[in-house]
This record gives sequence, structure tokens and C-alpha cells, in this order.
Amino acid sequence: MLKVSDLCKSFSGFSLKKASFEVAEGELFVMLGPSGVGKTVLLECLAGLERVDSGSITLDGKNITCAPIQERSIGLVYQDQALFPHLTVWENLAYGLKVRGHSAETIRSKIDDIAEKVGVGALLGRRTDTLSGGEAQRVALGRTMAVSPRCLLLDEPISSLDARSRSEMRRLIRELNRAGQTIIHVTHDFDEALSLASRIAFMEDGRVVQTGPPDEVFRHPQSEFVASFIGLRNFFRGVLEPGEGTRYFISGSIRLSVVTDAEPGNGVATLSAEEVVLSAERPAGSARNVFPGRVIDVAAVRGGIEIVLDVGTELTARISNESMNEMKISCGCELWASFKATAVKFHPG
Amino acid sequence: MQDRLRSDSGRLHHAGLTTLIFSLLGGLILLFVVAPLLGMVLHCPAEDLAKAAADPAVTESIWLTLWTSMAATMIFAVSAVPLSYLLARKQFPLKGIVTGIIDLPVVIPHSAAGIALLGLISRGSLLGDLSDNLGFHFIGGPAGIMLAMAYVSLPFLINAARDGFSAVPERLEKAALNLGASPARVFFTISMPLAWRSILSGMILMFARGMSEFGAVVIVTYHPMITPVLIYERFGAFGLRYARPVSVIFVAVSLAVFVFLRFLGRKSVNAQSQ
Repeated sequence: MLKVSDLCKSFSGFSLKKASFEVAEGELFVMLGPSGVGKTVLLECLAGLERVDSGSITLDGKNITCAPIQERSIGLVYQDQALFPHLTVWENLAYGLKVRGHSAETIRSKIDDIAEKVGVGALLGRRTDTLSGGEAQRVALGRTMAVSPRCLLLDEPISSLDARSRSEMRRLIRELNRAGQTIIHVTHDFDEALSLASRIAFMEDGRVVQTGPPDEVFRHPQSEFVASFIGLRNFFRGVLEPGEGTRYFISGSIRLSVVTDAEPGNGVATLSAEEVVLSAERPAGSARNVFPGRVIDVAAVRGGIEIVLDVGTELTARISNESMNEMKISCGCELWASFKATAVKFHPG
Repeated sequence: MQDRLRSDSGRLHHAGLTTLIFSLLGGLILLFVVAPLLGMVLHCPAEDLAKAAADPAVTESIWLTLWTSMAATMIFAVSAVPLSYLLARKQFPLKGIVTGIIDLPVVIPHSAAGIALLGLISRGSLLGDLSDNLGFHFIGGPAGIMLAMAYVSLPFLINAARDGFSAVPERLEKAALNLGASPARVFFTISMPLAWRSILSGMILMFARGMSEFGAVVIVTYHPMITPVLIYERFGAFGLRYARPVSVIFVAVSLAVFVFLRFLGRKSVNAQSQ
């Protein structure tokens, strides 16, 4: 339905470099990328609030790259809501309908409808500065939904909310999507993306580097950037050697044992940080991958500690707080890291 | 610990002393502003005041001053406010120079401003001939007074309105555009209402400044006399005693109008924000 090709836009501090992606009717398309890489500007380009330098945007087969904002039917909800502070909630919701010249009666019935849909029926007479974050976000969503956009753009709609409003807002977004609304949702939060997306796109350095259903990008991250974003700490690019059963994967100075029946050649290997076992002495067990290394970073993460070892390349292990205390690990320690050949996942490409 | 406490209290003591000195200095300034006015009022006998208040030349000049300044503010606001919006929102070549030009009337002597204006509107100039053909004269009429007042007071409105528009988050305008409003509609329904407090306060300033203008007006239009010119004439022709009552009355009227407008402005802003 919406197709973006080679979109370029340079801006102070960053630029979009030939961003391309396609969104199908009824999809909940989540764009994932770190803060401050121009996701908001990308949305503003789609909505026509920023002029693009080059590239094209088509909606329903019609080129809208240079179309006036009002003729695009692309609704944008800002992260900070951008509610009109001099208008009441009702007047905010009605703004888009009023400027389109709908009759007072149409506006009233439509607002009643929308207010119920986004759950702000009790707030209609309120001033916007008396609303909580979650309420304001609902009003902003309702205000844009009131003009029935073909495509709804959400700019980090959840990240500024407290935990309870978050889950409510997620549910609301899912409901709107189930009712047929095509949504492009931008976020830096992978969990949020996982819980909502029918398809995920990763943005890195002004480009869309990978798109696909959540489970697919989770299983086959195609770059270190994507891997690190989805919480996969160990990502190696290299060459798989020919052979059968347990084979070697060469990445820089290290050689990993891997069990795969893939074709030999270039590819990436991933390894979950939980699979890496650390020990003070060379382990005697059956693990095929054993590396000595020096600790270069120790960081507390949810549910444990992440230890980064230099084993010729960086290797991250996640251990429990208990083993951390037992082993007394600190930066500079010399340790052994080991993991099974079956823990290493190889993806050709 | 003891030492630390002592040095902290020492610092506090020091802060109190600074505040005291600053207050004394500030008090001197206040006195400097208020004392001459107060002296003028006290030196003015009641019967002189009553006589001046009953003098049609005085009352007429006050009316003339009030309405010309008000009209000048209203008329020039029509194009000054959009200009302020452009200055707040758009980047364009030579913007710095444009901003400088707008502040120009503040820095040039107002008599020089009057002379410059006179050249623009006197007979034989384009504007002068045009107005002659339309059947009115800038020089020697309210139109000339308004031009002179506006020339020297416009910067107050433009700068206040520009600051007001700058304080409106651009995102609100973008959101309104995204909802389908035309740029003009966005200006009137979002930008203007949100910058209204600043625009109003700029208009009040411009009005007050125009009302008190002497230098530029006296050169462009001596007759009919606005009150500042009348005060000058009475002083020149009859001396301090005759200039004083008119001055007292005019200062009182100016103050009353200024306070009233401020009050009105505050009320309208409150009403709108509720």
C-alpha cells in the first residue's frame, strides 16, 4: 500500500540514506532503531511535513512524494502528543474534522465514536494540561484517527508512558490494527516491537537494513547491529568450511566448531550469551569450543551479569549473580570460555 | 564540621548583605523615576489642574493622542504581526539585516525619524501626491500623526510578537497541518491564539509608546496638537507653570489607560485559557 524508495534527506546531525521499505494494507509495521537516527524525520517526510531531498513515496500506487500535506491521508501522532494547549480535549479531537468543513452534527457523532474507541469519553471537557501521559497519548491518537487516515504513523507512542499505560496503549494499538488500520510504528524498544509488529524493519545509519516478521529477524539477524538490538550479543561474520557433522567456521583470528549441514561459504554465526560457560581453569568437559581470554567489561543486566571477554574477538557471556560472586570476576581477569558446537547457529548469507 | 557550619553561615550572611546593597541601589533607581513625577504633581495647584482639565484645547489633544495611537497600532498590526511570524518561523537570506532594520527606529533620534518621514509624505513625493489626490493630507492631520507614532513604536510590537510566535512549539503547527488544516488556518487557529498574550502585550507597548511620542510627531504634524506637543508649546510660550497641569493630566490619563489595558489583557488571556 505504502512504498518508500531510496528516500534521502540530510539534516543537521544525521541523514536518511536511500531508505526503502514497503508496507502492506492492514499491517502493523514497526520500525526499530536507536534514538536519534532520524526516525521522526522519516515519519515527517512520509506525512509531508518535511521535504525529501530525493527518492519517492507512493500510497495506493499514487506518487505522493511532493503532494501537499492535506492530500496525503497519512496521519502522524507525535511522541510528545503535540496536543493544542488552548483547546479542550473535545476541541482537539474535533480539530481535523472542523478544518475539513464537516457539519457540527457529523463532528459530534464522529467524536463520540472516536472518544469511545480510544477511551477518552470521560475527558472531553478537560484542558489538555490536566491529562496524564497515557490520557494525552489517547487523545492524540483519537485526534488523528478522527480524520480517518489511510496510514497511521506513530512516533514512539509508548516510550514516555508509565508501565500500566504502556500495556493499555499497546492493547489499543493492536485493537486499531485489528480493525483494519494500517500502522507504521517507530520505536527504539525491541520488546515493544516484538509485542506489536506483524513486520519489523531495522533502521541503521539512515538505511533500512533488514525487514521481516519478528520471529524471522529474531532467528536470522543479518548484521551485528540487528543482532545487538535484539539482545544477541555474539555475532560473527566469516566463512564456513566444507565438511560433515561438526565443521569449522572461521571469523578473523578465531575458529568456531559448529554443527550444520549448510553449504560452505560466507555467512554469520550467532551465539547466545547464556550458552557461554566461564571457568578459571581449562574446562575438562566435552565442549568443542574452548577459548582463553581476558575480561574487558563487566555489566549488570536484567537477570544476571554480562562479561565481555577478549578471546581474539569479543565474546560475551551471561552468568548469574551467584556465579559472579563465587568466581570474583573483574576486568583484567584471565578466564576460559567454552560452549558446545551445537550452541553456535550458522546463517548463510 | 564546626568550621564548615561557620563558613556556611558566613556565606549566608554575605548573601544577605549583597541583597541589601542591591536593594538600596534599586531603591535609588525607583526614587529617580518616581520623584520627578511626584514633585510635578505636588507642585501643581488644584485650581490649575481644574482649569487645564476644563480647557478644550487640552481635552481635545488628549483624545487626539489616544485615538491616533490606538488607530496606528491597530492598522500597523495587520502587517506587523504576519511579519513577526515570518521572522519567528522562516529562515531567509539577509534575515539578520531585516531584524536590524526593524530595530532601527529605536536607535535613531526621533526628530531625525520625523525629518525622514516628512520627505516621504510631503507634497511632491509619491505618497504625498497620492494622498492629495485621494483628498487628505498626511502633514497637518491625524494620518501624519499616526505615521510618525507608528514609525517609532513598531519595533515594540514586532519584537514582542516575534518572541511570542517563537515560543509556540513548531510541532503544534505541524500537527495541525497533518490534520488537514491549511497554513493560513493553522496561523489563525493555532499560532495566533497561542502567541496572543505576547501580541497583545506588544500592542499595548506600541500604543503606549506611540502615545508618548513627541520628536517625530512634532516635525510631521504640529497642528492639530497631540498632548506631548501641547505640553511643549505651553512650556515654550507660557513657562513651567502652564505646562505642568497638562503634563500631570496626561501622565495620569496615560497611566490609567496603560493599567486598564494590562488588566483587560490579563483578563482576556485568562478567559481564553480556561
